[in-house]
Amino acid sequence: MGDRRLSVSLRQPAPIPLEVDFTCDAGDVLAIFGPSGSGKTTILRSIAGLYQPDHALVRAGGETWSDTGGRVFAPPHRRAVGFVFQEYALFPHLSAAGNVITALGHRPRSERRARASELLSLVHLPDQQDRRPRELSGGERQRVALARALAREPAVLLLDEPFAAVDRLVRRRLQDEIDQLRRTLDIPLVLVTHDFDDVIRLATHLLLLDRGRAVACGALPELMSRPDLPWLREAIGLGSVFDAVVARKHPERGLVELTFDGGVLLAPDRALAAGTTIRVRIPAREVILAASEPSGLSLHNALPGAVSAVHADDGVDNVIVQIAVGGVLLLAEVTRDAIERLRIGVGTRLYALIKSVSIEVM
Amino acid sequence: MDWDALRVSLWLGAGTIALLLPWGIWFGRLLAVREFRGKLLVEALVTVPLVLPPTVLGFYLLVAFGVRSPLGKAFQAVAGQPLPFSFEGLLVASAIANIPFVVQPIQRGFEAIPLDVRDASACCGLTPWQRFVRIEAPLAWPGILTAAILTFAHTLGEFGVVLMVGGNLPGETRTLSVAIYDRMQAFDDRSAGVMAAALLAIAVATLMATTTLARRVGRRRG
Repeated sequence: MGDRRLSVSLRQPAPIPLEVDFTCDAGDVLAIFGPSGSGKTTILRSIAGLYQPDHALVRAGGETWSDTGGRVFAPPHRRAVGFVFQEYALFPHLSAAGNVITALGHRPRSERRARASELLSLVHLPDQQDRRPRELSGGERQRVALARALAREPAVLLLDEPFAAVDRLVRRRLQDEIDQLRRTLDIPLVLVTHDFDDVIRLATHLLLLDRGRAVACGALPELMSRPDLPWLREAIGLGSVFDAVVARKHPERGLVELTFDGGVLLAPDRALAAGTTIRVRIPAREVILAASEPSGLSLHNALPGAVSAVHADDGVDNVIVQIAVGGVLLLAEVTRDAIERLRIGVGTRLYALIKSVSIEVM
Repeated sequence: MDWDALRVSLWLGAGTIALLLPWGIWFGRLLAVREFRGKLLVEALVTVPLVLPPTVLGFYLLVAFGVRSPLGKAFQAVAGQPLPFSFEGLLVASAIANIPFVVQPIQRGFEAIPLDVRDASACCGLTPWQRFVRIEAPLAWPGILTAAILTFAHTLGEFGVVLMVGGNLPGETRTLSVAIYDRMQAFDDRSAGVMAAALLAIAVATLMATTTLARRVGRRRG
């Protein structure tokens, strides 16, 4: 397992400032999230060997690809890397199959055609193999780019804003497909995005990047339940993220029962199949805190818990309260006044009230 | 019609392409993909033959080819004859005069390939040479073709440099354009007219071929 891990350490003051260290294990998806111009793409290019920062240490697939200290630098064509570029960067003069075959140089010539066919079927493009990129739709191009990236049997898969150029509907489908794919691939996957939807739907780990510097890095649920990330709070708003299982459906009430590490949640039924694991996000602004279990409300979810942290950012009025509900840490954004009235401090026992329609099911 | 002059012109055109194109592809690509200090000066030097009067270029080339220059001496030692007023000298002069016609279209051709596409070819595991042959050259093809055709057409039409460096030796350095001038001096309007028409026809055919090829490439690419 450790052998197939990707470990990256990049440092450089200029021209593109970089200060990041991270690892990504096989089967994990590390999302690098940050505003445009924060150096996200440069990190991917450094992993692929397309860019050389002043100080770089890149290890993947049990090999050292970059080590500026030891004067190691493998050129890009010697790195088993699958790279899906932002605008796909397909070869315009080659067919879909030709694009994939280009990345099959390590296979005997006689096998390449069949293997390209296999890969294009894997990404659900069995019938468009002889089309050139300009004859394909945005989503189809993306799939060809993915098939081409997988063709090399990469030790790492890098995705640069893979859904930026496709519409919402196609985006959802591609996200699902990549999610399925990564379960079978068992290699580290690094995803660069400026859309948090991608992060929540695909990532197991998250690195927050601001002007080339890693602001925070860690497993997604842990990072998302941290109250002290003002930068993330400003960018998309805080909210805890965790996995839940669709336990039971109540069609007559239009609700589903989700079991998670901290108990049971009732959420609106969105055609979810019983038994599936889904990812749930609860925005901090949507959580109400109560000293006792209320009654007579339309509310479905009142979860008992204990305050584990209280965090106030400089210059921001509202306070972030972290509540341990079983094994899950929820976040609630409340006013300073509420903190004083309810006398909230670490250890205070209270109820987190969550409207079922506020639960974001991914 | 001076058939010898036509033959010299065609050989000179083909020879210039053969001599110049490989270097032009290498250098044009270099200018397209690399950033280096002094690039602006290099680009200016490449363009110089375009703006200099052919007589100025011819003058400097004559000086450079002369038996007192290292180049002239070296050629004399190897070939046993001086470089000026020979077909070989004319060929070298023509190659130098055509540098901008070759380098610039090729540079533009390679510049038109997006950086991501070049990067993608490296990430597909292609070596630099495979990248060039399988991805870059096919994509820069219209630029390379334009360079070859411009060079050919320009060589046929070159007059000043040819006269300065090559003189007017029948069958050796007398090209069609010089022959026309020669015939006019001798009041042989009929011959001059035939040869002028021949050059015009070649020029039109060349340009039509370029357009057709470019369009075909364009249709294939979309």
